[in-house]
Amino acid sequence: MRESLLLDLADDELVLGWRDSEWTGIAPTLEEDVAFSSIAQNEIGHARALYELAARELGTDADALAFDRAPDEYRCAPLVELHLLDWARTIARRYLYEEADRVRISALAASGDTELAGLAAKIDREETYHRLHAELWAGRLRGEPRFRAAVAELWPYALGVLEPELRPELAARVGLEPAPAVERGAHTPALAELWETMTEVRRSAPGAQW
Amino acid sequence: MDSRTEEFLAYVQGGGQVEATDWLPDDYRQRLLKFVEMHANSELMGVLPEREWILKAPTLQRKLALTAKVQDEVGHAQLIYRVAEDLGKPREEMFADLLSGKAKFHNVFHYPTVSWGDVGVIAWLVDAAAIVSQKALLKCSYAPYARIMKKICWEESFHILHGRDVILALVTGTEAQRELVQEALLRWWGPLMQFHGNPIPRDEDPMWVWRIKSQGNEEARQQFLEGYVPQILELGLEIPDPKLRRRDDGVWEYTEPDWDELRSVVTGHGPRSQERLAFRARFLEQERWVRDTVLTA
Amino acid sequence: MIFEVFRQERKGQPFQHAGSVVAPDAAFADAWAREQYGRRGESEALWLVPRESIHQVTEWADEFDLKYRRVDGYSIKERLRVARELAARPR
Repeated sequence: MRESLLLDLADDELVLGWRDSEWTGIAPTLEEDVAFSSIAQNEIGHARALYELAARELGTDADALAFDRAPDEYRCAPLVELHLLDWARTIARRYLYEEADRVRISALAASGDTELAGLAAKIDREETYHRLHAELWAGRLRGEPRFRAAVAELWPYALGVLEPELRPELAARVGLEPAPAVERGAHTPALAELWETMTEVRRSAPGAQW
Repeated sequence: MDSRTEEFLAYVQGGGQVEATDWLPDDYRQRLLKFVEMHANSELMGVLPEREWILKAPTLQRKLALTAKVQDEVGHAQLIYRVAEDLGKPREEMFADLLSGKAKFHNVFHYPTVSWGDVGVIAWLVDAAAIVSQKALLKCSYAPYARIMKKICWEESFHILHGRDVILALVTGTEAQRELVQEALLRWWGPLMQFHGNPIPRDEDPMWVWRIKSQGNEEARQQFLEGYVPQILELGLEIPDPKLRRRDDGVWEYTEPDWDELRSVVTGHGPRSQERLAFRARFLEQERWVRDTVLTA
Repeated sequence: MIFEVFRQERKGQPFQHAGSVVAPDAAFADAWAREQYGRRGESEALWLVPRESIHQVTEWADEFDLKYRRVDGYSIKERLRVARELAARPR
């Protein structure tokens, strides 16, 4: 089920990139705002590359996959949907997602699918910066109660990003006890709201060029 | 004017530039700081009308381009605030003055954005109006400001191309899409014509006298019209000014812009002035703990 | 802290001052300057230097004629003309 896997990944990156792009203009400092916006763009770029692979197999195009499905057809993990427009929870999500993604990408790179492994390696190289950024912030926020609370709150969601067999590795990496995961498959109300906004302009002229 | 200031004036009027560590006449320093601060505020506030469209961008390419464009504006704010900080005003104080209304930002960022047509018009024409002023600042007598303008102008060049591409996609699309552009243009034309400020003669403009600006307001407006009216008309779009025309001597005539509207808007009475300031205040407050506790070395 | 940013556009070229970032330490300065001065792949390398480490030199004593140290302190045209003339005469 290669398309399903591709869409899991692409939808995760698209929705997280969309969430991260909400910070453009309102991050804690101007310098951080510029840096964070690059991360959001990288994620959208990753989504685009993954959608393009999937689109070839499904006989469609990347934009159609990104925008023209109904909300419940998206395969993203609940972690990326959550509306977390406060900095502690945003960084907690970034940190946990990057750790999960690292585990996931290593598994992909080792898989027999050379095309996907190649794309995974490219994504991984760009994510070096994301990890640097997340670790820098997680280090700075380590002593902050609201950050620790955010990590605890989002931990079950983070586990849901990965297939069950990869979860112990994630738990070992972040030093948290395994817990029941919030699984991929059922969406939170946040996704439908996000989808409304994200597709508003596109739906106003279906099939049109932009 | 004392002789030291006279010397300084002759020096800058002869094309000389000064640095942050040089002696600056009080009047020069104060006017420069106010100008730079307003520019920085404008970049920062200009992000807000565009930001909501990042979230609604209808293709992945447009989302990437618009995010990159708005990111550039934040980057420009950073560059320009740094210049003002090195002139002696702390960043937090500038934010406080912006939010209290004591410091201003440019008129165009006080207006609502209504449709994807606005996204195109802003990136193409509002950025074009800004780049006319910014190119003139490349020769600013205050060197730190002139130097950052180089990076700013280089980055703005992609914004205008992106904006024009958005517009072209719309005007070659459906009737409804073309109408988005025309309708946006009708609303933005007034603010665009006010953007460069009222046409005070150059020699009466202290910013020109000190060579902080290397052109007068009217010169800037004429450059904008000369460059962009033909581009607008060639798409078959209508500009809502029956008096707009180019004379044989190359000068553009137009209906006198509404200077009362300009004054009212920049003093915080624009349709979105207070809402946007409140939005910015909300997030500055919300993340104050990050700056105060996490980012103090 | 203010970190001054010096940018190298291409390998072999000088590092030129490009601006500054406000950051609590070098690690944040790195993370932030990278994107402010390199997100378009426009920089080969950056140097980040705390402002307080920069020592500026601007005052020069300019009292005596130093042209002997420079190219514009030499005018060899006339002597060269005479020397060529002498060399051209039969011995």
